[in-house]
Amino acid sequence: MARAVSNGKKIANTAIAGTVGFLMFFPILWILILSFKTEEDAIRAPLEILFSSGWTMDSFAAVQARSDYFKHFMNSVTISVGSTFLGLLIAIPAAWAMAFVPAKRTKDVLMWMLSTKMLPPVGVLIPIYLIFRDFGLLDTRIGLTFVLMMINLPIIIWMLYTYFKEIPGEILEAARMDGASLREEVIYVLTPMAIPGMASTVLLNIILAWNEAFWTLNLTAAKAAPLTAFIASYSSPEGLFYAKLSAASIMAIAPILIMGWFSQKQLVRGLTFGAVK
Amino acid sequence: MGRIQLKQVQKAFGDVEVIPPLDLEINDGEFVVFVGPSGCGKSTLLRLIAGLEDTTSGVIEIDGADATDLPPAKRGLAMVFQSYALYPHMSVRKNIAFPMRMAKMSQEEQDKRIDAAAKALNLTDYLDRRPGQLSGGQRQRVAIGRAIVREPAAFLFDEPLSNLDAALRVGMRMEISELHKKLETTMVYVTHDQVEAMTMADKIVVLQAGVIEQVGSPLELYRTPRNLFVAGFIGSPKMNFIQGEEAAKHGAQTIGIRPEHIDVSMSGGQWQGTVGVAEHLGSDTFIHIHGIPGCDPMTVRADGEVTVSYGDTVSLTPRSDQIHKFDANGLRMS
Repeated sequence: MARAVSNGKKIANTAIAGTVGFLMFFPILWILILSFKTEEDAIRAPLEILFSSGWTMDSFAAVQARSDYFKHFMNSVTISVGSTFLGLLIAIPAAWAMAFVPAKRTKDVLMWMLSTKMLPPVGVLIPIYLIFRDFGLLDTRIGLTFVLMMINLPIIIWMLYTYFKEIPGEILEAARMDGASLREEVIYVLTPMAIPGMASTVLLNIILAWNEAFWTLNLTAAKAAPLTAFIASYSSPEGLFYAKLSAASIMAIAPILIMGWFSQKQLVRGLTFGAVK
Repeated sequence: MGRIQLKQVQKAFGDVEVIPPLDLEINDGEFVVFVGPSGCGKSTLLRLIAGLEDTTSGVIEIDGADATDLPPAKRGLAMVFQSYALYPHMSVRKNIAFPMRMAKMSQEEQDKRIDAAAKALNLTDYLDRRPGQLSGGQRQRVAIGRAIVREPAAFLFDEPLSNLDAALRVGMRMEISELHKKLETTMVYVTHDQVEAMTMADKIVVLQAGVIEQVGSPLELYRTPRNLFVAGFIGSPKMNFIQGEEAAKHGAQTIGIRPEHIDVSMSGGQWQGTVGVAEHLGSDTFIHIHGIPGCDPMTVRADGEVTVSYGDTVSLTPRSDQIHKFDANGLRMS
């Protein structure tokens, strides 16, 4: 229903929304600013930092010299993309079965899967760590890909389930009447109709895996460490290096930020879990 | 050919038996309508024939061959769904081509049949559009087009018109009837609308709670309903049922008289009553009359020009040869 909103109210609302948006964005902006400062400037008072210090790329150079950004970047890409696609392989048949041939306990299974996301990860850290140690998976990309796939699997299944649910059963029945086999039904009818949903599922899960820090920090050391570990290595016992830490953070979040920016539309759809048609 | 036989077909969902064992024969070229109130099992019965549901027991034969365990695609039937069930990501042309594509038909033959179907259904100008860009009536025609290009043994329609507005429904009703006359293919049509059933069917199957109440031509059902349910379901407005003393005079538990078989006069008739609501349709007037013993209100179909007002006293005379008599079990007597 359209409601009449006075101009004054509109301006006030816009101002409030703008302020809240700016406050949320501010930490990232501040990191961006600090990353272009020297270490000495970075620990000065905020106003001095803003107005009476110079700009420099030194921190980025220092970070690049000290650690191999590209290796961490590739680890992040491998782990997040790998875990997402591995997850899809399991989730598509699972979601398909739950959406189109539901059993009595389907709803319970879905809730149970979601409930695993409510468990604090640290609760299973020790068993998983020990399993990893015994199977030689510590600090390997394969091990990490596998763990992140497991962590995000409930979300992938839930999202695909809600997308599949939106596809009217009659259309699939029509395909069956028209002579399509199960394989043809999936390829020619279900998949094309579910592609927007699958795309946003993939995007969201790549982001979640990219940003996942708990498992990546605890299960890797040097070889398989992704960008989250790369950032963490700059908050070290030798002291805090704000400028370098900021530069490292910017380098770590930039790829995912850019990807997120370009795929905003898909993501919003993904985050509403299929509620908006 | 499209002869469908159901032998002792039964369907249960878990412990709930929705269709007790039933027998039914649908002859080649016949237009058969399954009609009944919501939840009477008519759609389930159609889906059993289509193969979209498995029978719990019994045998379904299509053209004499056992089709009970055949998948839908192998039965040679085409179905038109209530929601049209078009493929939203495909153009109209591709939608119509889909069953032929699945059958690996040659491109030439496909194009030929698509053009013929599009012409017959007035879709030629819309072949490159997506279903989302079409009106409800056009979508329904695409769904029908998709069904006819396969040249099926029989067409199955599952309430195909219930999503259309009233005016369009009448038009599509005629189009489907005409299609049947032209193709002479068996059609099985499910609806809850008895007007659709009466106007389209060669044979009507009236269902209630999964049980066939009566099978017959539209006029047979109208003239000689087998029981109270069919009597009340077929015909619009509904048949009036009178119980008690009036019925006992005819030696029945209940008598039924259709609104169009009662004459209204100002005095001298058999029953006296008070006029309630009068619905003027122009051609006819449906008058609801209160105060008739054993039947309240009684509906009477009178001339369009009749002028009665709320509260008037009128006199009614049923045509004696049009009185239906039912016994204590609700079954027709003689």
